[in-house]
Amino acid sequence: MLKKPNGQTIYRPIDGACPQKLIIKNGRVIDPANGVDDVCAVGVENGLITLCAKEVPPDFGAQEELDASGMWVVPGLMDMHVHLREPGREDKETIETGTLAACAGGFTAVACMPNTNPVLDEESKIRYVVQRAQNSVCRVYPVGSITKGLLGEELSPFGEMVRAGARAVSDDGKSVRKADIMKNALNYSKSFRIPVICHCEDSDLARGGHMNEGAMSTLLGVWGMPSVAEEVVVARDIMLAAYTGARVHIAHVSTAGSVRLVRDAKKLGVQVTCETCPHYIALTDDDLAAYDTNRKMNPPLRTRLDQEALLAGLADGTIDVIASDHAPHVSEEKDVEFDAAAFGVIGLETSLAIVLTYLIEKDVLLPSELVEKMSLMPNRILGLPGGTLSKGSVADITVIDPNARWTVDSSTFYSKGRNTPFNGFDLHGFARYTILSGNIVYERKDP
Amino acid sequence: MKKLEPLMDAQALDRALTRIAHQILERNHDLHNFGIVGMQTRGVFLAQRIAKKLGALEGIELASGVLDVTLYRDDYRTAFKQPSVKVTNIPFDINGIDMVLVDDVLYTGRTVRAALDALTDFGRPKTIQCAVLIDRGHREMPITADYVGMSVTTRSNQEVALKVMEIDNEDSVWLMEQGPDK
Amino acid sequence: MGLTIKHLLGLRGVSEQDITLILDTADNFYEVLQREIKQVPTLKGITVVNLFYENSTRTRISFELAEKRLSASPLNFSTSTSSVSKGESLRDTMRNIEAMKIDMVVVRHGAAGVPAFLTRCTGATIINAGDGLHEHPTQALLDMMTIRQKLGRLTGLKVAIVGDILHSRVARSNAWGMATMGMKVVACGPPTLLPQHCAPLGVTVTDSMDKALDGADVVMMLRLQLERQGSGLFPSIREYRERYGLDLEKLSKLPKNVLVMHPGPINRGIELASNVADGDHSVILDQVTNGVAVRMAVIYLLGGGENA
Repeated sequence: MLKKPNGQTIYRPIDGACPQKLIIKNGRVIDPANGVDDVCAVGVENGLITLCAKEVPPDFGAQEELDASGMWVVPGLMDMHVHLREPGREDKETIETGTLAACAGGFTAVACMPNTNPVLDEESKIRYVVQRAQNSVCRVYPVGSITKGLLGEELSPFGEMVRAGARAVSDDGKSVRKADIMKNALNYSKSFRIPVICHCEDSDLARGGHMNEGAMSTLLGVWGMPSVAEEVVVARDIMLAAYTGARVHIAHVSTAGSVRLVRDAKKLGVQVTCETCPHYIALTDDDLAAYDTNRKMNPPLRTRLDQEALLAGLADGTIDVIASDHAPHVSEEKDVEFDAAAFGVIGLETSLAIVLTYLIEKDVLLPSELVEKMSLMPNRILGLPGGTLSKGSVADITVIDPNARWTVDSSTFYSKGRNTPFNGFDLHGFARYTILSGNIVYERKDP
Repeated sequence: MKKLEPLMDAQALDRALTRIAHQILERNHDLHNFGIVGMQTRGVFLAQRIAKKLGALEGIELASGVLDVTLYRDDYRTAFKQPSVKVTNIPFDINGIDMVLVDDVLYTGRTVRAALDALTDFGRPKTIQCAVLIDRGHREMPITADYVGMSVTTRSNQEVALKVMEIDNEDSVWLMEQGPDK
Repeated sequence: MGLTIKHLLGLRGVSEQDITLILDTADNFYEVLQREIKQVPTLKGITVVNLFYENSTRTRISFELAEKRLSASPLNFSTSTSSVSKGESLRDTMRNIEAMKIDMVVVRHGAAGVPAFLTRCTGATIINAGDGLHEHPTQALLDMMTIRQKLGRLTGLKVAIVGDILHSRVARSNAWGMATMGMKVVACGPPTLLPQHCAPLGVTVTDSMDKALDGADVVMMLRLQLERQGSGLFPSIREYRERYGLDLEKLSKLPKNVLVMHPGPINRGIELASNVADGDHSVILDQVTNGVAVRMAVIYLLGGGENA
């Protein structure tokens, strides 16, 4: 049991199957995959969902009851873009601490990126992560690298990585520089029916930049990365996907131009999906006036106009997923002058609350759309069975309290990272219970 | 600060300056090797008047200058805010001459001490003499004025204020005391 | 009386009153610099650290001279000194310096925002001697002091700043400081050397030197960094000189008492012809003298007092 002073508790799952019969009552069940958005009871037996109905049958015989009055009962959330830093940088985060953070954030599954040390570019490395994550409070699906060592030259062995448990490939952290290599990667991915996740950044255009190139960078005297550095590669990767017939997923979309490119491509029937991150939803480059390195990430915070385009893209379905790009760093790499600070912010423990505060409360998204973008679509894109409350599916469930009010205090995080842009923010909503295979692994009481 | 008692009116002020001018002449017979320096701010006007009187008596134009001692004060570290630096202009060579420093009020003596420091940076006069309009006592340094307009006993919560036509539209000296503002 | 700011991090947002007080005080320190004994005892016992992460002999010497003339004790930490180059973090360097009980830090660094960062690390007074592409406030102050000295005023004057505006913190500080003082500033350079987003500078921007110089009371030429030629920012020195260099011919079209300024060091024959740099309109050497006076004024006004 891992308790935190603010009333959070994580319970480690006991080995083996969950023995309980659990009933979750009075909650608003939001399950877009099955068209459900109503107050219902959800019944769980032996780690599987067996019931979702208005009335609980009297002979159900639950050993445990959860009263979810005033709360939402949704399929377990999934964050498909996190950096767990293990192997190699266990000082920043480990698979253990990262999964604890995910669980506390309401996530029952994450997909972790391969830019570790060593890079996850072959079977044994993928296997290592899978094994390390075996008894975690959150499912971990590794993403393998597109190229060996992330060097952008030779393709990694997609087949053996998928066999070991990889659900996608990506060179996240950078783009595949050579377009012919990218074309080969897209073609090769078709054999395994996996998406290629693209970090889109033209390194020549972005070179030397530490924030968005705009009025703010002129004001602050910091070299900027223009939005066009992202867009030219988004355009390239979409066109290569169209040409090869492969599936691409554009990571961390941050600019208006990128949203427009994805929208137009979808209209033409290209197999493209994309994600954006909570920090682009809540902040802009105006928020860098104090050179706060906890707001430095790549792609960087963009302008208000870009933010408005992202919100429109979320509302009209152009943007399929919200993922955190959780990137923990040690304080020695962040508590320095702005130019020298590492890129990246954490997000697992604030993602849900940011979406509730900035999108749900502001009527940009409906609750069912939140579930789509933070549970159903990540699972679908990665070919996983989760994201629904269908009968017979594994009981990964998140119970959300949308009305809770809390103030972000990074010192209480389960993550090793403290580099959040939201420290001190007053947010609405959090996950009150996280349920993995029918086990209540996380509980949050108000202090 | 409120006005407590008038110490000098315009006439008394003028007579004091005339007497001081005569005393200076008495001691320094030859005004050709002589300079007069007024201390910022109001000492400057007093020096100008004395210089004019001496000039009229001897028929010459005196070497005169202005001195600001802000940069020589001893309270840089402890003063709440830096007082503004004002003009210093001593357009003559002070080496080997007799000179008179003119200030309005002699109190603790620290301002004159600072002035002596400042002048050492400009050269080495033969003598430095000091003329003040009012000596109000409470010395904290071993400093005496050579020429005094008037000696007054004061308490430390009081202030002596000179008003001059050039900036205050009147010539007078007042004893002020801390109290409700007038 | 006294400055309302506690540190000098830049000129953006500094009030007209504060700038005027610094310039007035600098005029008085200018007088001190004309004396035979160019020193006053005001800052005796006060230690000022010159923390220079970027090599810069002239600015550092100017500050050091200012500190010595005020009888302060300067301490120089530069990139050639051991711990700064050994990769000691900025925060640790600052902590070590503070443990030696210093009052004031003059800092120059290649990363923007470092002076602001230092104000969060320490209780010492911070003076920005140039941070990345951000600001160089004492340079702009000495530029304004020189203009005021020569032309008698600041308000309403037109200043043309010509050159690599994109990489110039001097241009930025001048743009913001001069706007506050009611001057009209025009920034001019080839489009590749102008910021993509110029609005925050609050000045007119043009790539035409003719337009920029038209009716200018002051022409400020910026140094062209020749190393940048290889990076595709301008094609050749010859073309740059022709379009953006100042020579006698271009100068002859300007008003009779126009001032020619340059923050130094000059690339003679490139942005500034030798006969202009050494000519009657040039006040470049006055800028250097005034630099010491301005820095004395800034150090004097910011230092001392029970945390004014």
